[in-house]
Amino acid sequence: MKRAFLGEFEEVVLLTVAVLDESAYGVTVTQEIEQKTGRAVGFSTVHTTLQRLEEKGYLSSRMSGATAERGGRRKRFFTVTTAGRKALVEVKHIREQLWGALPPQTLQLMGN
Amino acid sequence: MKTSKPPRWATWLLEAFAHPDSREEVQGDLLELYAYWVETVGERKARWRYWLNALKLMRPLARRKPATHYSTPFFLSPVMIRNYLKVAFRNLVKNKVYSFINIGGLAVGMAVAMLIGLWLYDELSFNQYHKNYDRVAQVMQQQTSNGKIYTQSAIPFPLGNELRTKYGGEFKYLSMASWEGEHILTYGDRKFSKSGCYMEPDAPRMFSLTMLRGSEEGLKEPNSILLSESVAKAVFGEADPLNKLMKIDNKLDVKVTGVYEDLPYNTTFRDLAFIAPWDLYATSESWIKRARDEWGNNSFQLFAQINDQTHYETVNKRILKARYNNVDESEKKFNARIFLHPMRDWHLRSNWEEGVQTGGLIEYVWLFGIVGVFVLLLACINFMNLSTARSEKRAKEIGIRKAIGSVRSQLISQFLSESLLVVAVAFVLALLLVQLSLPWFNEVANKRMEVLWTHPGFWLLGLGFSLLTGLVAGSYPALYLSSFEPIKALKGNRYASRFQTIRFVSIPRKVLVVLQFTVSVSLIIGTIIVYRQIQFSKNRPIGYSRDGLMMIQMKSPEFYGKFELLRSELKRSGAIIEMAESSSPVTSVWSNNGGFEWAGKDPSLDADFSTIWVTHEFGKTVGWQFKEGRDFSRDFSTDSSSLVVNEAAVKFMGIKDPIGTVVRWGTDSRARSFKIVGVIKDMIMDSPYDPVKQAFYLLDYENVNWIDLKLNPAKSASESVAKIEAVFKRVIPSAPFDYKFADEEFAAKFAAEERIGTLASGFAVLAIFISCLGMFGLASFVVEQRTKEIGVRKVLGASVLNLWGLLSKDFVFLVLIAFGIATPIAYYFLHGWLQKYEYRTEISWWIFAASGVGALTITLLTVSFQSIKAALMNPVRSLRTE
Repeated sequence: MKRAFLGEFEEVVLLTVAVLDESAYGVTVTQEIEQKTGRAVGFSTVHTTLQRLEEKGYLSSRMSGATAERGGRRKRFFTVTTAGRKALVEVKHIREQLWGALPPQTLQLMGN
Repeated sequence: MKTSKPPRWATWLLEAFAHPDSREEVQGDLLELYAYWVETVGERKARWRYWLNALKLMRPLARRKPATHYSTPFFLSPVMIRNYLKVAFRNLVKNKVYSFINIGGLAVGMAVAMLIGLWLYDELSFNQYHKNYDRVAQVMQQQTSNGKIYTQSAIPFPLGNELRTKYGGEFKYLSMASWEGEHILTYGDRKFSKSGCYMEPDAPRMFSLTMLRGSEEGLKEPNSILLSESVAKAVFGEADPLNKLMKIDNKLDVKVTGVYEDLPYNTTFRDLAFIAPWDLYATSESWIKRARDEWGNNSFQLFAQINDQTHYETVNKRILKARYNNVDESEKKFNARIFLHPMRDWHLRSNWEEGVQTGGLIEYVWLFGIVGVFVLLLACINFMNLSTARSEKRAKEIGIRKAIGSVRSQLISQFLSESLLVVAVAFVLALLLVQLSLPWFNEVANKRMEVLWTHPGFWLLGLGFSLLTGLVAGSYPALYLSSFEPIKALKGNRYASRFQTIRFVSIPRKVLVVLQFTVSVSLIIGTIIVYRQIQFSKNRPIGYSRDGLMMIQMKSPEFYGKFELLRSELKRSGAIIEMAESSSPVTSVWSNNGGFEWAGKDPSLDADFSTIWVTHEFGKTVGWQFKEGRDFSRDFSTDSSSLVVNEAAVKFMGIKDPIGTVVRWGTDSRARSFKIVGVIKDMIMDSPYDPVKQAFYLLDYENVNWIDLKLNPAKSASESVAKIEAVFKRVIPSAPFDYKFADEEFAAKFAAEERIGTLASGFAVLAIFISCLGMFGLASFVVEQRTKEIGVRKVLGASVLNLWGLLSKDFVFLVLIAFGIATPIAYYFLHGWLQKYEYRTEISWWIFAASGVGALTITLLTVSFQSIKAALMNPVRSLRTE
C-alpha cells in the first residue's frame, strides 16, 4: 500500500477534526486550532487543507445545518475516514518509535 | 443592536469567483467567522481578515467537478465497444432493407470511385516505366500550309545528324527511328509477324530498357537485333537466343545481341517486339538511301533525351530553325519549326490545333475523375440521408440510454462507431467488387490494371475516405440526437420535436436528392449523345463497300512480281471475285505529296494531295462509286498516266470540268503529266470524323504495299480464308499468312469513342442505380412516417390513386427541378465535346425529353412501390400502430 503522507499542518487539521468529532466544519476547526495551538491560522488555509484531505480520502463530508447567522447557508461537516484514522495512527506510531529510540541522556537534556 | 456587515466588495468577489463546488460553505463559514472576529478582535481587524480570506479563496478558473456518484467507464473500454457493436448489428439486422440499401449503395459507389481511381492512376503513370521520363522527348515539327498550321511527328532523315553535330550540347542521347510496324521475323523455317522498329544504338539507354541478356550496346553491331523477352521465348523457347541468326522480312540478316524485358502495357512502346539498328534500315531500301540527304522528305521519327542541366524550353528555342535553315528556297514558305514533345505529354496531351496543344486524353482523365467524384458523392449522400432518417426513429433508445445514465460523449461515440462499422463493411465489399469487376473493366478500358494492394497511397486514400464518410454521416445523429432531453424523447411530445426536426432537416435532404438526379440525368443525356455521335459517324457514307474486303500487307520481297499469278490462282479457287494492290490499306492513307500543277491553279495554293497508287482492278475490288468519268481500264494503255480523283480534290482544285484536266507533278526533268479520267465519291480512308482529304489515285504495280481481296459473297468467309491461305502458302511460302478485314479495321477507328460510350453508360447506370436506391429508402421512410396520416385519409375516403399521387408528387417535383438544372449543364458540356468533331450529330430536343421522361419513369417506379404499398394498407392496422 502506498505510504500515507501527512504534512505537519495536515496532521494538526486532521487531528482537530477527530477531536471535534461530529461538529467539525470550517469555523470550528479554525477556532479550535487557534485556541489549542495559540497560533493564528487563516481560515482560507484551513479550508484548503480540509479539501485536500478530503481529496486524499482521509476525510469525508456532508452538507447540513443551515443557520440564520450564516445567511441560511449550509455547513460542510467533516468526519475522519478509516483511511484518515489509519494515517493518524501511523504517524503517532512513528513518533513513538522515534521517541523510544532516543538515548536516555538526550531525553534528560530535554528536561524530561 | 447594531450588527456589523462584512465588506460588500469582498462578499461580491467571493460570490463571483469562489470555487463553485465549495462556494456555499465558504460563504457561510466566513460570515460566521466575521461575527466571531468582530466580537474578539474588533470590527476593523475583522473586516481586514474577511478581505484577506476572501481574496485567498478566489478560484477564478475553477470549474464545477462532474458529479461522481456513478463511475464512468472509459469510452473505448472493450465492454462498451462490444455493446455498441451489438446494438449496431441488431439495428442492421432489424432493418434489412435499409441496411442493404445503405451498405450496398455505398459499396457500389466506392467501387466505382476505386475503379476510376485506378484508371486515373494508370493514365497518369503512363510511360513512367522509363527512368528518363522527365528528359525524353520526341522531336516534332509544325508547318504552315494554305494558312493553316499543321503539327506532325514525321521529320526528315538529315535532321538527326544536324541536331547531333550542331546542337549536340543540348542532348544526351539522340535516336532516329522508323515507324513501328509489323515485320516478318524468320528463324530457320519458323516465321513470326511481329511489331518492331529500327533505332540508333542510344535508344536502349534512352528508354532505359532492362536488358535480360546481352547489353545495351547491342545495336552498335551493324547486323544485330534486340528482342523482347516474350518474343525471344516464342522464337527460341528455353534456348539461349544470344548470337542466333535471324532474318527480318526475309531480306536482312541479323544476329540477336540482346533480350530486353517486355515493356509494360501502359507505355507507348508496349507492342515493341524487337529493335534493329537504324543503319541497317538506312541501307535497306533505295528510297531510304535517297532520303539520307533529303530535307523535304518527312518520313521518319526522332527521339531525344535532353541534357541533365537543360530544360525543354531552352532546347526548343535553340533548335527551332534546325530544319528551316536547311530546306530548299521553295519550301521556306512552310516555315518549318522544330520542337520537342516531352514524353510526359505523349499519352495525355497529343492533340494539336493550329499549332497549339489542345489536350487529348487528359480531357477524359478530367471527365472520368469528375464522374468518379460525383458517383462517390451520390453514394455518400444516400448514406447520410438514410442514416440520419433512420436515426430519428431511435429517439426512444436515446431517451432510455440517457435515463439509465449514458452521458453525451458515450452516445456520440456510439453513433459514430455504428456508422464507421457500416462504412467499414461497405469498404470491404467495395474492394471485393473491384477485384471481381476489374477483368471486365480492363477489357472495356483497354488496360491491364491491378488493384494496388501494396501501394500505401491506395490504402491511405481508401481508409481516409472511409473514415471521413463514416464521421460525416455519423455526425448528425451523433451530435444532434445525443442532445435530446431524455424526458422529451420519452414522453409524448417527442412527436412535436420530431416534426420540427423533419422540417429542419428535410430541406438539405431535398437538395441532396436534386443534386443526385442532376448528375444522373446529365449522365443519361451524355451517354445518349456519345452513342448518337458514334452512330452518326458510322452511318456516314464511306464511298466504298467494306463487306468481305480483306487486306494483306506485302511485308517481304517475295510478295512482289506475283500479282498476275496470285490473282488468277485466287480467282480460280473461287474464294474471291476480284483482287488488286494498293500503296495504302483501304482504311488509312500512307502518303501525301505536294508539287502538283494544273491550269488555272491559284499560285498561292499549296497543292498537297493524298496519293494512293493502285492497280487496275482496285475500283472493282473496293467498289468505289463514280460521279463522272470512268475507272482505270486495261483497255487503255495510256492509263499509266491517268488519274482518278475524289470529289474533295475537284473542290480543292477549283475546276469546273475535271474530266480531261491535265495535272503536272514535279518541276524538273522528272516531271510527269497526268490526265484526270474519273471522279469518285469521297472514300473515307482516314478518320471517320474528319472531312475527306483531296486524293489522287494513280496506277502503279511497283509502288504498292497491300493486297486487297474482295471475298466471294457466295461462300462463307472461313471457307474463303482457308482457300486463300492455301494459295498463299503455295505461291509465297516464306511469308506468314497475315490478313485483316476492312470492316474490322474501320470499326477500330471508333474504339476510343465506343470505349468512352461504354464507360459513360456504365457509370450512368450505376449513378441511376445509386440514386434510385437512395430514393427508395427515402420514400419508404416518408411512408412510414406518414402511416397514421394515410390511415386517417383512407378512413375519410381517399382512394388509392389519391394517396399514390400524394406520396409521389414530392419526389416527382424534385426530379423535375433536377432535370431543369441538368439540361443546360449537359447541353453546355456536350456541345463543347461535339465541337471536336468536324462531322457531328445534332443535339436535338428529344434527347433531353427522353432522358427527362426516363428519369421520371424510374422515379415513379421507385416511389410507387412504396406509396402503393402504403396506400393499400388496411387503415385499421396503420391506425393501431403504437
